Amino acid sequence: MQGFPRGKTAIVGAATFGVGKSPGFEAIDLAAHASLRALADARLRPSDVDALFIAQPQDTLASLSFSEYLGIQPRLTDNNRSGGSAFLLHLEHAALALDAGLCDVALIAYGSNQATASGKLVQTSRPSMHEAPYKPLRPISSYALAAARHMHRYGTTKRQLAEVAVAARRWAQLNPEAVARDELMLDAVVNARMVSDPLGTRDCCLVTDGAAAVVMTRAERAADHHSRPIYLLGAAAAVTHADIAAMPDLTVTGAASSGPRAFAQAGAKPADIDVVQVYDAFTINTILFLEDLGFCAKGEGGAFVEGGRIAPGGALPVNTSGGGLSYCHPGMFGLFTIVESVRQLRGEAGERQVNGAHLALAHGNGGVLSSQATAIFGTAETV
Amino acid sequence: MKPDEEHRRHLAEGRFMLQRSRSSGAFVHPPRVAEPGSGATDLEWIQASGYGTVYSTTIVRQKPPATDYNVALVDLAEGPRMMSRVVGIAPAEVRIGMPVHACIVIEDDAPLVVFEPP
Repeated sequence: MQGFPRGKTAIVGAATFGVGKSPGFEAIDLAAHASLRALADARLRPSDVDALFIAQPQDTLASLSFSEYLGIQPRLTDNNRSGGSAFLLHLEHAALALDAGLCDVALIAYGSNQATASGKLVQTSRPSMHEAPYKPLRPISSYALAAARHMHRYGTTKRQLAEVAVAARRWAQLNPEAVARDELMLDAVVNARMVSDPLGTRDCCLVTDGAAAVVMTRAERAADHHSRPIYLLGAAAAVTHADIAAMPDLTVTGAASSGPRAFAQAGAKPADIDVVQVYDAFTINTILFLEDLGFCAKGEGGAFVEGGRIAPGGALPVNTSGGGLSYCHPGMFGLFTIVESVRQLRGEAGERQVNGAHLALAHGNGGVLSSQATAIFGTAETV
Repeated sequence: MKPDEEHRRHLAEGRFMLQRSRSSGAFVHPPRVAEPGSGATDLEWIQASGYGTVYSTTIVRQKPPATDYNVALVDLAEGPRMMSRVVGIAPAEVRIGMPVHACIVIEDDAPLVVFEPP
């Protein structure tokens, strides 16, 4: 168990709001709508929340502003910012705090209106003074350097990267909430305009608005709030660097550290997992994370995703929402990997439902492969 | 003087310098006040050999008339890895594993370390 309170806490409310374009809302409004939906899902109101976990695109003191917005005075706040993985760190820390009795109802929230506000990916950090003079595109060139190294070392191909984008699109076509649902063929991904070699436009995540929220309580009261609580069985994180030049090996991410710890906490192994959500900011991410989390051997991720293996009908359902590549990407996608895990384990994922899903893995990425965080969820049967 | 400022001052005087810990002998880059890991503050400035190897490379594509350019990670012979640009050859000709050598150019009114093939 390594000290983690396996199955002692559960998600009892989960929601999204404003996925796509949401003119007429500030980022904080979107986060509020998602939070109200998640709280209603858990038969709770804002006044019931005594722990707030939040990371907003440009509001570095969001735990203060969002508390004021909701009219709450939480006992515990966590403003941890690690990039798009932040919400999985929030999840880990919320579980520890709930289990220790420091709080009773934890809300994890996020909202962004980047698409309607600027039409571009919101940058939440300053460019590094040691990288800026060389004018890398932020953040894609850093991921491109990782992809180029993976291709050099393991023979991974652009077509294999394209398999990731096509699989995500095929899942998105089954998700009515997904932003990009038109047909996407392998050749169109391979031949798309190059942005930072080897990554082209179709290797990149979307730029959208969107908000998400989840509500957590201790397991013993979870059934009072939802008929199908989703239990947190393990959660672990790792930081390896900030700038890409400081990443020890561009083909191995911190998921190789966070993943095994989360699996050990959960008492599970990769083969036990029914449905996987990984933060696919770029196509190379999915390949790196599937390797580092142990779904295939290092270097074999490219071959692993071939032939639709992670697409609908494939052996391993990955990014069933459509992911950051085709569902939505408001800037920090981490919380959406959690919400989709909950939807799959509750059995409420509609056309894209993975039948009989009992164990789900969500994995967040922050910075430029810098922060990695893994969570494993289960239904009541797995606790 | 701030470590970064000292690094830039050396570059302005035509020297590519790296920090090195007297106790461990390990080189440190980017500049800072202590060796990563050990926390040793016994850092001195040593002139870099300038030798390096391309660890990874990408081409940043531009809309014409702007031209595409290279961004690379270079493993310095002394150990540290840094982001830089390989110049003197077309961006598409830059290869992982290629030996390169540092030179200092002036760009945007500031000295900058770039690399060229031997």
